[in-house]
Amino acid sequence: MSDTADKVKKIVVEHLGVEESKVTTEASFIDDLGADSLDTVELVMAFEEAFGVEIPDDAAEKITTVKDAIDYIEKQKSA
Amino acid sequence: MFVHLEAPRRVVVTGMGIACPLGLGVENVWKRMLAGESGLAAIQSFDVSNLPAKIAGQVPVGTKAEGKLDINEWIPVKDQKKMDRFIQLALVAAQEAVEDSGWMPGPDQEEERCRTGVMIGSGIGGLPTIYEASLLIAQGKQRRISPFFIPSALINLASGHVSIKYGFKGPNHAVVTACATGVHALGDAARLIALGDADVMVAGGAEAAVAEIGMAGFCASRALSTAFNDAPTKGSRPWDKDRDGFVMGEGAGVVVLEELEHAKARGAKIYAEVIGYGMSGDAYHITAPTEDGDGAFRAMRAALRSAGLSPAEIQYVNAHGTSTPMGDDLELQAVERLWGDEAKNLAMSSTKSAIGHLLGAAGAVEGIFSILAIRDSVAPPTLNLESPSRESPIDRVALEAQPRKIDIALSNSFGFGGTNASIIFKKAA
Repeated sequence: MSDTADKVKKIVVEHLGVEESKVTTEASFIDDLGADSLDTVELVMAFEEAFGVEIPDDAAEKITTVKDAIDYIEKQKSA
Repeated sequence: MFVHLEAPRRVVVTGMGIACPLGLGVENVWKRMLAGESGLAAIQSFDVSNLPAKIAGQVPVGTKAEGKLDINEWIPVKDQKKMDRFIQLALVAAQEAVEDSGWMPGPDQEEERCRTGVMIGSGIGGLPTIYEASLLIAQGKQRRISPFFIPSALINLASGHVSIKYGFKGPNHAVVTACATGVHALGDAARLIALGDADVMVAGGAEAAVAEIGMAGFCASRALSTAFNDAPTKGSRPWDKDRDGFVMGEGAGVVVLEELEHAKARGAKIYAEVIGYGMSGDAYHITAPTEDGDGAFRAMRAALRSAGLSPAEIQYVNAHGTSTPMGDDLELQAVERLWGDEAKNLAMSSTKSAIGHLLGAAGAVEGIFSILAIRDSVAPPTLNLESPSRESPIDRVALEAQPRKIDIALSNSFGFGGTNASIIFKKAA
């Protein structure tokens, strides 16, 4: 697993207060991890902070799973 | 609109909860108060070197078993960041009150849930949360403001969180009348039940402004004690000649109010009945009371009138008594004027001497102390009242608790803006 994936999952565990084992790559923040819409806004902010990237609102809306977050951040970092 | 209302219904108290500088739990706090203990101390949780007032009453940190607060035992970590401390304290006191009352209708009791409401107010609400957000904006970090910032700071979110937690779907309301908030919340909620809007109301006040921004603000308005920084437990000394301002406190008081027949039908424990409630405005000054204490006088008189009582029938008054040079004597004067020749039979104390001034939570916490004074036939003490600034025929219960026959008690709260409220409790029949 990549460093990015590890770090994303760690942030998700901290912010949503969920078991690490539930945070699979495919997990949806809202459907699987009990987040609400405000939680997802906060999660995206935490990703921005942790990875030093800017995630505009239209892109943030499409980040609904752990995989979405990892993919978006890796793309930004390699850009 | 109101022509179809039935006759007012009777309202009783069936549950109580407290988080205050003397600790958590009604019985724990009351025991310590009657023993003459103080919850005031030097502030350690933030830097006070630039503040003239350096003492406060803060909810002690420790385990639930010790009667202290470890917030992790009460609220999941991920939810804590969604609410300012005043909401957290409200949830702690509400949990005790609701569990004490035994009124927890389940998801299948929709009608009961819809007949149960919440009215928990605050004087200032999420002031520290607003401060934190302001710092980000000052640094140009507008986009770092948490999505939970607004719901964390809003005063009515204490009521909101309690209703969400327990599924209470009745009236959801919040009082904001500065230091009169707690009494207004109890009185207004009792009226909602009396008039038929709800059968049960979870009511009270919560405050957590013991932070740099809250302390600095009250210091600026010259309201706080500054002469007892080296002797914190001496700082709050209502009616004493050396008093020099109030001591900030934090906490929450929550009660479960219930329609009398509703409470009887389910065999609930009844602590007391709410029999009177009165309000007034000073129309005078933003922070100072009128020089004749007339606002306090009229609030108490209105409460007596609504209860159909004469002053002589009240044995105990829990005073607003904040330990400010001006306010204490004006309230005393108002009580003496209203009681007249009966003043010599009255006991009146200020429990702020032990816990400081809990602002919007004060009236709710002190309402609970008034109810306990009735239950246990004892007047809690006014600590530090060593040399009264003036004599009075009223027994101000100096230094030590006094066993007294108390069937009916009145509690006062007055707030900035010239708002005054009095509530009267009677021993359950």
